Amino acid sequence: MNNNIIATTSARARILTDEEIAEIDHEIDLYPDKQAVGLEALKIVQKHQGWVSDESMLAISKYLGIPISDLEGVATFFNLVYRQPVGRNVILFCNSVSCWIMGCKSMRAHINDKLGVDFGETTDDKEFTFLPVPCLGDCDKAPVMMVGDDLHRNLSKESINKIISEYKTRS
Amino acid sequence: MVNKPLTKNIDMSRPPLDMAAYEKNDGYQSLKTISGGLSPADVLQIVKDSGLKGRGGAGFPTGLKWSFVPKSNGSPGQRYFVVNADEMEPGTFKDRLLMEGDPHLLLEGIIIGAYTIEASVAYIFLRGEYKVSEERLKKAISEAYEKGYLGKDIQGTGFDLDIIVHTSAGRYICGEETALLNALEGKRANPRAKPPFPQVSGLWGKPTIVNNVETLCNLPGIIAYGVDWYQGLSLGKDHGTKLFGISGKIKKPGCWELPLGTSIRELLEEYGGGMQEGLELRAFLPGGGSTDFMLPEHLDVKLDYDEIAKVGSRLATGTMILLDNKTCPVGMIGNLMKFFAHESCGFCTPCRDGLPWVDEIFNEFESGRGTEKDLKILHEHVDYLGPGKTFCALAPGATAPLGSGLKYFAEDFERHIKEKRCPYD
Ligand SMILES: Cc1cc2nc3c(=O)[nH]c(=O)nc-3n(C[C@H](O)[C@H](O)[C@H](O)COP(=O)(O)O)c2cc1C
Ligand code: SF4
Ligand code: FES
Repeated sequence: MNNNIIATTSARARILTDEEIAEIDHEIDLYPDKQAVGLEALKIVQKHQGWVSDESMLAISKYLGIPISDLEGVATFFNLVYRQPVGRNVILFCNSVSCWIMGCKSMRAHINDKLGVDFGETTDDKEFTFLPVPCLGDCDKAPVMMVGDDLHRNLSKESINKIISEYKTRS
Repeated sequence: MVNKPLTKNIDMSRPPLDMAAYEKNDGYQSLKTISGGLSPADVLQIVKDSGLKGRGGAGFPTGLKWSFVPKSNGSPGQRYFVVNADEMEPGTFKDRLLMEGDPHLLLEGIIIGAYTIEASVAYIFLRGEYKVSEERLKKAISEAYEKGYLGKDIQGTGFDLDIIVHTSAGRYICGEETALLNALEGKRANPRAKPPFPQVSGLWGKPTIVNNVETLCNLPGIIAYGVDWYQGLSLGKDHGTKLFGISGKIKKPGCWELPLGTSIRELLEEYGGGMQEGLELRAFLPGGGSTDFMLPEHLDVKLDYDEIAKVGSRLATGTMILLDNKTCPVGMIGNLMKFFAHESCGFCTPCRDGLPWVDEIFNEFESGRGTEKDLKILHEHVDYLGPGKTFCALAPGATAPLGSGLKYFAEDFERHIKEKRCPYD
C-alpha cells in the first residue's frame, strides 16, 4: 500500500491523535472500502487541527492506504476542505442569487470595512477568515451567512456588528 | 383527512417531533401496512400508480425509476439506496426545511424505498453546511434503531436496513446523481458516463437508486393512505402536494406546501403577499437557478410540470426567485453565471472554459465595458453549452437563465453597452 508514497515525504507525516484515529475508525466501519473514508478523514482532521496541512494529508494517506495524489484530488475538489490555515472563526458568506437580490453586496462591503478582509482572507489577529459560499438554502431569509456552525439570517449592518463582536469575545 | 402530508408535523418554532410524538400522528404507519403483507413488488406498483414524480429537479416518475433495478429472483446481491440531500441549487430552500422540521418523515420514506428495491444499506448524502439537519437526522436514526424500525428483521418482515449519514463538503456538482456516487466512493466528484445507469450499476458497481429528500417524504402518506387519497390532493394533472418557495423582494418570502396545480398568481399574491411596496414583478425563475425566466404574463400558469414546460421553463425545485423592476437583470444573470462557472467540475471543455468566459463577459457588462461583440459571444454560448453538448446537465442548466434572459432583457443588455454603465446603479 505505502509504496504509492515517496518514502521521504511519507516520513513527514504527522502522528494522528488517538481522538482522530477513533473517529476515522468509526467511519471505516460504515463503508465497504477505505477510499470512501478519505473525505470524512480530511474533515475529522480539519475539525481537530483547524485545517489540513501537508503533514496531515500524508498521515491520512498512510493510515487509510490511499495514494496521496488521490487524496489531494479529493481535498482540492471540495470548497470546505481548507488546505491553508484559517482563522478561529470561518465566515461562510452566501453570495448566490437570492442573497444578491436582497443586497448581500453591501453586507460584504460592510464586513470588509469592519474586519479589513475580503473573500479568501484572514484577519491579522487570526480571529476571522472570510469566504464566499453558494446558496445556503435559506433564501427566504436572505441575506444569510454562517459563522462556524451557526447560521445567521436576515443580515443587516447592525446585526453583523453584533455577530462579530459576539464571536470576538467568545474564546 | 390529511391534506399537507409533507409539512403536517413541521413547526419551526419548536424542535421536530420525536419518535413518540411522530408515531402518535400516524408516523411509521406505512411500515405496519407493509408488514401486514405488502411485498416489494406491491409497493412498487402502488408508487407507480400514485404518479409521484421526482422532486430533485428532473421530475422523473419515481416508480418507473425504481422498476429499472434488476429483479432479485430470490438471491439479492448488495443494492444501495441513496438520498440526495445536497441541496445547493441557488434559490432552493425546501429539503433543509423537511430535514430540520420532520426528520422521521424522511427516514420513513427511505425505509419504504429501500424495502422496495431490497437494499440493505442507505446513505443520506447531506450537504456539509446543514449542521442542524445532520444533528436532527442522527438523533432520529438512533430513535428508529431503538424502536426496531432500522437494523435487522424490521417489523418481522425479514428485511434489514442500515441508514448512514454522509456529510459532504460543499460542491454543487455532487448533487448530480452520478457525481454524487463518485463522491460517496471517495473519488473526485466528476459525473459518470450513462449508461450504465445507477439503477443497474451505481455505488461500487451495485444497483443503486438516488432520490431527492422531498420525493421520499411523499412515500409514507402514499403507503399509509393510498393512491386515491394521494391523487385527490392535487388540483391538476400531476399528483400530490409540493413545497413551493419564494425569495426576492416580496412582502412575505417563505416556503409552503400546496397542491400541485395551484396557480403561480395565488402563490405570489395569497401566500407571498405580493411585491414589496413600490416594486413591480419583472420576471421570475420558477424552480431555482437552472430554470428559464418566466414573465408576469405567465402568472396564471399552474404549478404543474407540463404546464410550466409549455411556456418554456421547468417547475424543477419549485422554489421561485423573483426579479423586481429595480434590480438589474444583467447583474442577476451575471451572479448565476459566476456560480455555475465556479461550480463547474472541470471535466469537459465547453463547460470548464465556456462558463468562466461567460462570467468574465458579465463582469465587463457590469463595469460598463460590454460590447456588441461580447453580446454575440453570450448568444453563441447558449448553444455551445446547451443540452447534449456537455458531459452532464450542469452547463445546460446555466444556459436556461442565460438564454431566456438574453431574450427577455435584450434592451437591458443594450443599455449597458450604450450607456457604458449599469443603468440600475
Ligand atoms: C448539477 C446538478 C446538481 C443537482 N443537484 C441536486 C441536488 O442538490 N438535490 C437533488 O435532489 N437533485 C439534484 N440534481 C438532480 C439529480 O441528478 C437527480 O436527478 C435527483 O437527485 C433524482 O432524484 P428524484 O428522482 O427523486 O428527483 C442535480 C442535477 C444536476 C445536473
Ligand atoms: S458539464 Fe460541467 S459540471 Fe458537467 S461534467 Fe462537464 S465540466 Fe463537469
Ligand atoms: S441565495 Fe443565499 S441562502 Fe439561498
